[in-house]
Amino acid sequence: MRILLPLASVLLVIAAAALAFVASDYRLFQLTMVVVYAVAILGLALVTGFNGQISLGHGAFYAVGAYVTAILMSLYDVPYWATLPVSAVVCAVIGFLIGLPALRLGGLYLALTTFALAVATPQLLKYKLFEGWTGGVQGLTLDKPDPPFGLQINADQWLYLFTLGVGVVLFILAGNLVRGRIGLAMRAIRDHPLAAEATGIDVALFKTRTFAVSAMFTGIAGSLGAIAVGFVAPDSFTVLLSITLFVGLVVGGVASIAGPVFGGVFIAFLPNVAEEISKAAPGAVYGVVLIAFMYLLPSGVAGGLGRLLRRAA
Amino acid sequence: MYRRTLLAAAGPFAATLGIMGRIGPASAQAPGVTSTEIKIGQTQAYSGPASAYGAIGRGLVAYFKRVNDQGGIAGRKINFISVDDGYLPPKTVEQTRRLVEQEGVSFMLNGLGTPPNSAVQRYLNQKKVPQLFVSSGAEKWANPKEFPWTIGFQPSYRTEAQIYAKYILQNKPDGKLAVLYQNDDFGKDYVAGLRDVLGDKYERMAVKVISYEVTDPTIDSQAVTMQGSGADILVTAATPKFAAQVIRKIYDLNWKPLHFVTNVSASVGAVITPAGPERAVGLITAAYVKEVSDPDWKNDPGMNEWRAFMQEYMPDSDVTDVNYPFSYAIGGTAMQMLKQCDGDFSRENILKQATNLHDLQLPTLLPGIIVNTSPTNYHPIRQLQLSRWSGTRWERFGSVIEGAGA
Repeated sequence: MRILLPLASVLLVIAAAALAFVASDYRLFQLTMVVVYAVAILGLALVTGFNGQISLGHGAFYAVGAYVTAILMSLYDVPYWATLPVSAVVCAVIGFLIGLPALRLGGLYLALTTFALAVATPQLLKYKLFEGWTGGVQGLTLDKPDPPFGLQINADQWLYLFTLGVGVVLFILAGNLVRGRIGLAMRAIRDHPLAAEATGIDVALFKTRTFAVSAMFTGIAGSLGAIAVGFVAPDSFTVLLSITLFVGLVVGGVASIAGPVFGGVFIAFLPNVAEEISKAAPGAVYGVVLIAFMYLLPSGVAGGLGRLLRRAA
Repeated sequence: MYRRTLLAAAGPFAATLGIMGRIGPASAQAPGVTSTEIKIGQTQAYSGPASAYGAIGRGLVAYFKRVNDQGGIAGRKINFISVDDGYLPPKTVEQTRRLVEQEGVSFMLNGLGTPPNSAVQRYLNQKKVPQLFVSSGAEKWANPKEFPWTIGFQPSYRTEAQIYAKYILQNKPDGKLAVLYQNDDFGKDYVAGLRDVLGDKYERMAVKVISYEVTDPTIDSQAVTMQGSGADILVTAATPKFAAQVIRKIYDLNWKPLHFVTNVSASVGAVITPAGPERAVGLITAAYVKEVSDPDWKNDPGMNEWRAFMQEYMPDSDVTDVNYPFSYAIGGTAMQMLKQCDGDFSRENILKQATNLHDLQLPTLLPGIIVNTSPTNYHPIRQLQLSRWSGTRWERFGSVIEGAGA
């Protein structure tokens, strides 16, 4: 089992990269969005799944990341790749600050606070003071990046490979983080804060830092999403986005590194499937599928698969 | 066990390759056109906050079904593919790319909403795919220099607001004005239109200008604030749900300003009935589509044609919904354009004909409202007529008014 998992992951990444050369441009765009959503959910998984702090406001970090990239690209002509570190830092700082109240607020109260953040985001983006940067309600349009080094692939193929590359790096980082000492502390805080504190873990420090790292991941996803979609507007980042990310997290598997991948696939494709089934009530189909998922795979896709693998082994 | 897992993993992967193939649909002639069909795409809000407009998409689907039942156009059937974007710009990008790249549509028709259409405007113009008769009154669709492949349809919101301002100047030049607007392009265009006509007087007259967000549950507090300002004129630049709330709330507050609501919120079915017809008496709006419940159109040939269509193709739909006559007009315009194409359905010719419509009258539009386009005029409809709610119906008054230029 120990070798199998990394091996399977490597194979999966190679297969995913190979798709760039067989899938159509439109499918590549979809797959790019899957990676983007997976990374966004990964950020949420760190704080909610591994650290037990419920956030219903991660769409806000996604939006901040997207806007940082969009503003830098369209107003300051910064190349797309160079916007990622900036967006990471900005989101980490904002995440840290938002994480401060998280020290006092637990569970449901934190969920509500972050929810408020998500509700406020579209309004803030339209706020007159920022309008010069954000483009207000009109939003900002971005140019699609061309492949570098004279590579003989088109823009969609490059964008997919680039996003996939960044995504893989982030997943490896997150995997290392939760497997190590820090991850253990994060989970200890989630499972028993009092005991964690008694063993010498600085709960306050870990909670805020986890929030910062989590916001950073989701913010980078926002940046990647903005580059892929080529357009940002307040309407792209409504409260629904935060909820959607949360759905992806739960469906994929809450405390799992592989879970967000399934979550990404789920939230990227389910709306299309739902519409295929019923144009009159896609929302109802979505709901039914979601309920079915919760019944059949209560610990998410990753949890279900894990159980299956253990049984097979 | 390793082998089994690998094989099991390889199965779906191989299957995916099939679905994902890089080979696009073969095109015999112009893109999206074969000897037997023309593919047309649309993104529409069948779900999400703007799903009331989904009726437009359903109306168009039925319209083209009738076109096909009657033999199609130039020996071809119309394959109208209308898909849901939930009014979310990233989803619109995905769905539009699916329609253009995967389905290979000839052109995009009447996509809904300003933000979703903005998200794909550059993409469609780069690909030279016509983005025709966009369902949004924003000014930005009339920009042939920068975006020659995009054209709107309805009178712009700004034009409409200019007409209200003209009326205010004539009838209540000393009034105090309150404006409630939706905090987006849509709402702000109204404020701009009022300013266009009121000019310097705007600052003096407008005693309270407040916004609301589409995501707000109610506008009750805004209504109270506006009443408190002492205004006696109210312009509500709102979408249907909020317009209904305003009408109801100001009635409950016993505030009786000269009240204008936007044309998009003039629907009897979606606004007046939920608000209560008796509460809306005196309400003014501007129209270009024939109001379904207006007795003037009882024996109108155009509306009879539309009613017969609804009865046959959409028997279970709410016929008081103004979205249906609207989509009927879109369908009519699209068909006129396709007829003018005279069998040459290249994207270039489709755009050429879309910007070459002359004095087109449509069965469901008011008399005097005519569609005109040219390579420099990307405003298909520029006129409106004021009408007032009597308690049972919209009564048109005055003549058809043209907006103050572009």
